[in-house]
Amino acid sequence: MAILSSSIARKVAMALSGLFLVFFLAQHFTINITSVIDPDTFNSWSHFMGHNILVQFVLQPVLIFGVVFHFIMGIILEIRNNNARQISYKSFKGHKNSTWASRNMIISGAVILAFLGLHFYDFWFPEIVHKYVESNPLDATRYYPELVHKFESPIRTGLYCLAFVLLALHLWHGFSSSFQSMGWSNKYSRGLRAFTQFYAIFIPLGFIFIALYLHFNQIH
Amino acid sequence: MKLTLKIWRQKNSQTKGELKTYPIDGVEGDMSFLEMLDVLNEGLINKGEEPVVFDHDCREGICGSCSLQINGEPHGPDRLVTTCQLHMRMFNDGDTIVIEPFRAKAFPVIKDLVVDRSAFDRIQQAGGYISVNTSGNTIDANTIPVNKHDADESFNAATCIGCGACVAACKNASAMLFTSAKVSQFALLPQGRIEATERVLNMVAQMDKEGFGNCSNTGACEIECPKGISLENIARMNREYLSASLKG
Repeated sequence: MAILSSSIARKVAMALSGLFLVFFLAQHFTINITSVIDPDTFNSWSHFMGHNILVQFVLQPVLIFGVVFHFIMGIILEIRNNNARQISYKSFKGHKNSTWASRNMIISGAVILAFLGLHFYDFWFPEIVHKYVESNPLDATRYYPELVHKFESPIRTGLYCLAFVLLALHLWHGFSSSFQSMGWSNKYSRGLRAFTQFYAIFIPLGFIFIALYLHFNQIH
Repeated sequence: MKLTLKIWRQKNSQTKGELKTYPIDGVEGDMSFLEMLDVLNEGLINKGEEPVVFDHDCREGICGSCSLQINGEPHGPDRLVTTCQLHMRMFNDGDTIVIEPFRAKAFPVIKDLVVDRSAFDRIQQAGGYISVNTSGNTIDANTIPVNKHDADESFNAATCIGCGACVAACKNASAMLFTSAKVSQFALLPQGRIEATERVLNMVAQMDKEGFGNCSNTGACEIECPKGISLENIARMNREYLSASLKG
């Protein structure tokens, strides 16, 4: 795979895996927002996602591969980039020519990765245990109560909201940057950038809304 | 104007350097930054001390030699100027100015503020040219029609003076803006299309071999470039590279 040893090819691989995850995020958000609108719809969609063979045994492994690939490629690029300047400047004013989000993708990415660990601990592992270890009978009504139960804790809700803020920063730079990496530059670039920035705010804000709604709704 | 200069002093590439402090008086706002350093060096020589070594040549913003990191920014706080065009009126009386060489693994320090930028020469040699038969059959370039937009874009890319500010500004010490400008100036012209595939593959391979970092699209290079080379060139190079890779 000589092509993956090139800096541009690595960036394109990073961009493609990132775009795949952006697409997944939209799908995840679409399902989650139904928990606020109509719990029954949330239950039926969750049941479908949890038991459909194509989703479980094809799309889910592809998604996990996408996350792991994006993470490993990010680390490889970071190591290579750090190696390209072995002696740091005594004075470096990066803030005068670039945004915090663009300079600190590795930090926002690391926080999102840590959040994914918590998210898997909260939802994915219990789901695997429920279905494949304990072999419980099918119950299409259990998803909404389980979701609400998770957001009882203010600490967990706070951690989720914090992670979504970092997700917004990661998307703010990463989504539009992925098109630049793939060579996209034309008369539609400004419009596309506006869309990516809207997405970067709208989706994480939506997730924050869902987390806060579920938390405060059950208190009252 | 009285200033305090903190200047990177390093004997050679094998020794460790450090910032040394030099107070300087009598600096006028109309002086260029290099003239201010000339005044400093004159004083150092008169005192029997070794002058600060820095690169300079044309002193009119064309050669790209005078590459200094000034207060954390390549070519200092002004925009679209090289260090030789930077005027001391950009600073205030009593200011402390930190002056460092451009930092990158691919730009090793030779002495004090002078770095070896021959990595750029090698990238250029890897494909930054067109092959023209000059044995008497040369076709006049003006007989080949070129779209005005492409000609302008090509000329804009060709204004890159190879100073290295893009590498210095980039948090990853990436040379993508330089390389993409050199790729673009030919890729946009019919004369450059003939060798376009080999050019982009070879120049990117050389860029990677030199040890520059990856572009992470922060845009710092575009802001700090004294010639205003656009990030669009990087997108164009990425396109050229992907297309060339698919052609094999």
